[in-house]
Amino acid sequence: MSEVLLSVQNLHTSFFTDNGEVRAVNGVSFDLDRGETLGIVGESGSGKSVTAYSIMQILADTAKITEGHVLYKGQDLTTWDHKQMSSFRGKACSIIFQDPMTSLNPVFTVGNQLEEAIKLHTNRKGDEVKARAVEMLELVGINEPERRVKQYPFELSGGMRQRVMIAMALACEPDILIADEPTTALDVTIQAQILELIQDLQKKLGMAVILVTHDLGVIAQLCDNIVVMYGGRICERGTANEIFYNAKHEYTKGLLRSIPTGQNLNSKLIPIGGTPINMLNLPKGCAFCPRCDAAMKICLSEIPDELWINENHKAACWMNVKSGEGKEEL
Amino acid sequence: MSDYLVEVEDLKMYYPVRAGFKTIPAKAVDGVSFKIKKGETLGLVGESGCGKTTVGRTMLHLYKPTGGRVIFDGEEVTEQNIHQMRKRMQMVFQDPYSSLNPRMTVEDIIGEPLDVHHLYANRNERRERILELMETVGLNAEHATRYAHEFSGGQRQRIGIARALAVKPDFIVCDEPVSALDVSIQAQVINMFEELQEKLGVTYLFIAHDLLVVHHISDRIAVMYLGHMVEIGDADEINNNPLHPYTQSLISAVPIPDPKIARAQKRIVLEGDVPSATNKPSGCPFRTRCRFATEQCAAERPELTDRGNGHLVACWNK
Repeated sequence: MSEVLLSVQNLHTSFFTDNGEVRAVNGVSFDLDRGETLGIVGESGSGKSVTAYSIMQILADTAKITEGHVLYKGQDLTTWDHKQMSSFRGKACSIIFQDPMTSLNPVFTVGNQLEEAIKLHTNRKGDEVKARAVEMLELVGINEPERRVKQYPFELSGGMRQRVMIAMALACEPDILIADEPTTALDVTIQAQILELIQDLQKKLGMAVILVTHDLGVIAQLCDNIVVMYGGRICERGTANEIFYNAKHEYTKGLLRSIPTGQNLNSKLIPIGGTPINMLNLPKGCAFCPRCDAAMKICLSEIPDELWINENHKAACWMNVKSGEGKEEL
Repeated sequence: MSDYLVEVEDLKMYYPVRAGFKTIPAKAVDGVSFKIKKGETLGLVGESGCGKTTVGRTMLHLYKPTGGRVIFDGEEVTEQNIHQMRKRMQMVFQDPYSSLNPRMTVEDIIGEPLDVHHLYANRNERRERILELMETVGLNAEHATRYAHEFSGGQRQRIGIARALAVKPDFIVCDEPVSALDVSIQAQVINMFEELQEKLGVTYLFIAHDLLVVHHISDRIAVMYLGHMVEIGDADEINNNPLHPYTQSLISAVPIPDPKIARAQKRIVLEGDVPSATNKPSGCPFRTRCRFATEQCAAERPELTDRGNGHLVACWNK
């Protein structure tokens, strides 16, 4: 039996803005096992990043977790105070962000920034800290690490900066690494380097990875399990094969039909109609129903529950109720 | 008459970069030649900083080229005739958020090229043409008096496309037109480009970094690296049988959205980063990252040579 490391239970996160409450995350639940790679996929505004930030509690001041729990090894993080969270971040769970250009501090050297994390979370002192920083840079494949620790972020290229971010995130050997669009700002050849690095390090260090992205290609390459989000809710989840080859939610199906895969060259892409969701004005029923071709009357008024398709697959779509494929329990 | 609508010959664009007291050139585009047939889509790919956007902009004289010629429909594009030429050559920009004037209504944005080129006799005709364009790109006529910020990314890109179409151009440079859009919206815009081509017979230079998108929309693909063209050929040929080591690694690096294929994919991971355009390696620009580099590569830069069926490659070893 695999061990559940992190359990997100019925998470609700809202932003309180001048225009009203924006329910960015509306009841998201999932478990993350040790060593697992979980992909969270969705378009902008689907709540995928906010879910990740809620786990780390690094939300903006206007945002609040209004309901639900985040259990790490059985302990509820939502009840932890600032100090306890500080020891959780970095040590137990780290995050790397999309933009390596802006997430490093420009006025400190790479070494300074790496050493800060090591000093805060481990018992290492003095030269040990420096040695660890160099060791981490070496681990992420930066050549001449002794020279690099003395350099400033602007002296490094985008791919190199993302490597520094990863080194920083892994310096204290966390159990969980959250990667929020880690390669979106990078070129494909650099993206391949970084994805390979994350995969290698995961094998070496045995950590669990939550990969947040909108790129289905990246998800297909890396993830064991996938969660598809739309409008702040999970619409479908399952193993990579189930999601890609046996999608049961209309949004997932539409998404897979609308992307060029290299195979569907001679046929037109089939786009999802309509415009992305306005989170200030969520529909009453299924969030996807205004754009869904298969929408029925019930979709307008009631939010579908996630139902079991098989033991590796759940989907929240009324179509599965109608066809009898979705089951309350297995 | 030649079959080619656009011919680019040895196009060069150097940006001055100040280094201490001296000014040195950053050779963003360094002698690029290619031709685009009437009614086809040429995809232009490469990593950021390889000069693909500069090629597109220089062709339209948005930047004054340092050297080389652009011949459009038999006539050379020059400083003098560019104003007239832009009636036939247009551009769609990458960022639909910053390429539309926030203080203009949609009607005025789309109408501006009509005003500039005096393409209407009276106000009614102008309005009719604008509404017709809005319909062509799938925008609601009621939205004519709205401002750009009231639209979503995909709709804004439609406004940008309508603006480019206003003068009934023969050729449109599309500079990363879908990169800033959400996945679910990309397909809408890609399909629209294809439909417009079928309907109006426009020719595209489609610049993008997403190889799957480029492969889908293009007839032929050109690959750039550090200001040089390294490979050009039929889209399927480039994808299935890339010859240049750079193209090979570029194509192998694309994550295919299909778990079985993605996991079986053999990747050629390139070491290091793209060198600086101010300090290029001697000989072949790619040799510093190339698996096959020899002494010859350092000494002399390979030219594009034909390997059959119009598949051109610039490499000594392939």
